[in-house]
Amino acid sequence: MLAYIVRRTLYAIPILVGINLITFALFFLVNTPDDVARMQLGVKRVTPEAIQKWKAEHGYDRPLLWNGTAPGAGKFTDTLFFRKSVKLFVLDFGSAEADNRDIASEIRARMGPSLALAIPVFLVGLAVNITFALGMAFFRATYLDFWGVILCVAMMSISSLFYIIGGQFLISKLWHLVPISGYAGGLDAVKFLVLPVLIGVVGGIGAGSRWYRTLFLEEMGKDYVRTARAKGLAESTVMFRHVLQNALIPILTGVVVVIPLLFMGSLLTESFFGIPGLGSYTIDAIQAQDFAVVRAMVFIGSVLYIVGLLLTDISYTLVDPRVRLA
Amino acid sequence: MRWILLLGLLAAGCADVWNDPYPAAERGRNILYSAFTERPKHLDPVQSYTSDEAEFTQQVYEPPLQYHYLKRPYELVPLTAAEVPQPVTSQGGRYTVYTIRIRPGIRYQPHPAFVPQNQDLARARIERLASPYALPLGTRELTADDYIYQIKRLASPRLHSPILGLMSQYVAGLGDLAERLRKFDTRKGDWLDLRKHRLEGVEKVDRYTYRIRLKGRYPQFVYWLAMPFFAAMPWEAEKFFAQPGMAERNFTLDWWPVGTGPYMLTENNPNARMVLERNPNFRGEPYPAAGEPGDAAAGLLADAGKPMPFVDRVVFSREKESIPLWNKFLQGYYDAAGIPSDTFDQAVRVSVGGEVGLTPEMEAKGIRLRTAVEPTIFYLGVNMLDAAVGGSSARARKLRQALAIAVDWEEYISIFLNGRGRVAQDPLAPGIFGQRTGREGIDPVTHEWQNGRAERRPIGEARKLLAEAGYPDGRDAKTGAPLVLYLDTVGRGPGDKPRFDWWRRQFARLSIQLEIRDTDWNRFQEKIRKGSQQLYILGWNADYPDPENFLFLLAGAQARVPHGGENTSNFVNPEYDALFERMKDMPNSPERQAIIDRMVDIVRRDAPWIGGFHPVAYSLSHAWVMNGKPNSMARNSLKYVRVDADRRAALRREWNRPVLWPAGLLLVLLVASAVPAVLSYRRRERMAAKPA
Repeated sequence: MLAYIVRRTLYAIPILVGINLITFALFFLVNTPDDVARMQLGVKRVTPEAIQKWKAEHGYDRPLLWNGTAPGAGKFTDTLFFRKSVKLFVLDFGSAEADNRDIASEIRARMGPSLALAIPVFLVGLAVNITFALGMAFFRATYLDFWGVILCVAMMSISSLFYIIGGQFLISKLWHLVPISGYAGGLDAVKFLVLPVLIGVVGGIGAGSRWYRTLFLEEMGKDYVRTARAKGLAESTVMFRHVLQNALIPILTGVVVVIPLLFMGSLLTESFFGIPGLGSYTIDAIQAQDFAVVRAMVFIGSVLYIVGLLLTDISYTLVDPRVRLA
Repeated sequence: MRWILLLGLLAAGCADVWNDPYPAAERGRNILYSAFTERPKHLDPVQSYTSDEAEFTQQVYEPPLQYHYLKRPYELVPLTAAEVPQPVTSQGGRYTVYTIRIRPGIRYQPHPAFVPQNQDLARARIERLASPYALPLGTRELTADDYIYQIKRLASPRLHSPILGLMSQYVAGLGDLAERLRKFDTRKGDWLDLRKHRLEGVEKVDRYTYRIRLKGRYPQFVYWLAMPFFAAMPWEAEKFFAQPGMAERNFTLDWWPVGTGPYMLTENNPNARMVLERNPNFRGEPYPAAGEPGDAAAGLLADAGKPMPFVDRVVFSREKESIPLWNKFLQGYYDAAGIPSDTFDQAVRVSVGGEVGLTPEMEAKGIRLRTAVEPTIFYLGVNMLDAAVGGSSARARKLRQALAIAVDWEEYISIFLNGRGRVAQDPLAPGIFGQRTGREGIDPVTHEWQNGRAERRPIGEARKLLAEAGYPDGRDAKTGAPLVLYLDTVGRGPGDKPRFDWWRRQFARLSIQLEIRDTDWNRFQEKIRKGSQQLYILGWNADYPDPENFLFLLAGAQARVPHGGENTSNFVNPEYDALFERMKDMPNSPERQAIIDRMVDIVRRDAPWIGGFHPVAYSLSHAWVMNGKPNSMARNSLKYVRVDADRRAALRREWNRPVLWPAGLLLVLLVASAVPAVLSYRRRERMAAKPA
């Protein structure tokens, strides 16, 4: 397994270089270095000298991908792409272009609020979805299952923005049960997180439960389930001891890959609830055309996704003894 | 059932609020609560140039002058200076000298930079610091050297001052200093000590007096002395934050301001919350004793002569979305707020006669509405280099005049701004010297005076002008080809469609086809720079209340394409330019007014701008907030504001009692919905196997 992990880690390097190249190309396809400088310097009284000075200070005065005037390897290394990319691989993200704040320090500060929101949504959501899906599978082909599916379809058809605004309106504005938005550290965070977590869970019930229901129904059609019933086991025992356990493999596939990405935060929820997490950091950076932050967040997101896929593979071996990684 | 009873008991017994976003320890304290939408980029007074940032910097940094809080038109008064300096010309008008005398005894806020041992901190210690204020704090007296040091910082190669280019034209030796520093600064040293570098045009007279020498005349310079660019900066602060390890912890002068103002920034989390605390060393500036007519009746002079600031703490919370901000204002958790477009009808009602007032819901809460015309103009500009609409020919001028009549800005303001705007009759903003009001103030090309008010000229007159321009019924009289014009604008998404449709309809009234070229900000700027736009929309917010700051937007020397200036229409009129050169250095006088009148006439006739509007700011504040008065030029207004914290606490309790019955009802529904499932399960478990 160790050899497998090492091999997958090495595979990740060209993938990350490629992702970085694509991010770079996409960004500079729509923005020139002059645009970036202007964006950061503001709109009033910006002189060409100020733009040149800003570009020189931030390394934007170099050619993008190929420096024909530099000697030897400098043709490749003395370029904007190389200078901006190579440090990412040692996790040196530098400072933001918009406000000169240290990116690593910002990520450390924002990681906590993002995880404080994402982990409860993930865990509670998983538990609720599995419970609801098991219920529908248990009462399959009855009116309970029928209305359950209709409810799921209705819930997954509603925009997440509607849940957020509706939830804020009802629970915070009309019923005054929790603050509408905001965040505080420590235990004080609980009162700010109740509503976004509730909305995150409710908003995910439709899609999650329908998918898990399908997995459970697929398992329930298999021979071992018929055998279990033929042995005279109670339906609840069949469901919880056999069906649930065997349906865990596809559930894990979808779930483990998401775990590292919880770190990246939620773009919409964080913005609406004023939670200072990494999701709102990314959104702010895109709006401010802050390439340093966008590049860092895309890189981290890619690394986490690769880690998630690796963890998924490893988790297969844990839940299914037939799978071996070589 | 037990749950329902418990919830009921909770509902009955609960007297406190559950939705208070602030810590319980803050309740009833003398704190002002506000919000910020955009996180500030710079809090260094040399670099900061936006009103969002000024909300913080102007409470901390103190330039020598400030704007009178209550008087209108805006009037400069001393802040740290003993008096407003008067310009003195020297060497036969070659130079203008301002001698600024600051008052002795002004002290800086407590700050670690003033403690010598904090200037040599170990990196490990810096890494453990939660805030610079965790270190021992000290202070010292403000001196003239601090103002001189700050002026030198405008030229620092490590900073990006937006006004370096402008000031280099006037402050003797500033451009030369910038060049010398650029060559000198190899960035090997930790701190660039500007005290060692001489600035020719700025000299110290004594401990409390300094002198600024300007090249030629620049009467508007005195307004710059009311901006943070010219605030005092202690060299110790720059040295303190230059220590290795500080920047990695985001401890920089760009984020932790150090000043003599009424407040000090003690909590700095631009992602969530910024907190200003009362500066214990503040000298206690008295509240103004005079204002404009009506201020006394409005209660704005009740605190006359009392030492400021009145509020101990100002808490700014970040609200990126307008809906939560608005709802928290209604719940009493923000003391003041603007009015989002989506909720305008909920807050404001406009009578048939056009009078603006609050809705009964707002009035019942005791909320107050204040409106103020901003010193800002948004205009539909014409690129005068464009072959179809630009140029000085009679044909092009008549076409522009026809368009100026056809574009109904009154309707635009009504539809898209909820009436929060005033149609621009000339390039000047209201309240600025030189702008005429009433009958004398209307643009005779586009409006006429009827029944005591300006009425837009009928569309028939525009059609007539269009025909005279050679486009009868919107077609070229020679070729018969339809006239197609292009409007470049920065789109913000699908929500812009009604606005674009409206623009097309305005031009269609003259049978002109309008093509809208929706683009992003960077491409838009590029077109303006290259002069490849035809029609475009832009705005300008005044730096200072002087007509020069508006009329220069159409000066030939400022034309964007040849000179890179702020004249984005590339309008060049020799007579206008000559008048501008005369007007810009004159004091306000009847002679200056006459010149401005002539310049305005030229602009109206040549129509490089096809009309525009001045936005009107609507701000709401709760009944417990006193002394609030909009001041578009000054942002250092927090020191004037007073709050009645006890009244706020009582009203917050009244408005935010938790409503628990819906939660109980929801619980009952959940239980009820589980009953059929349980019954079905039991029935199924008891069911006998069906015979095959």
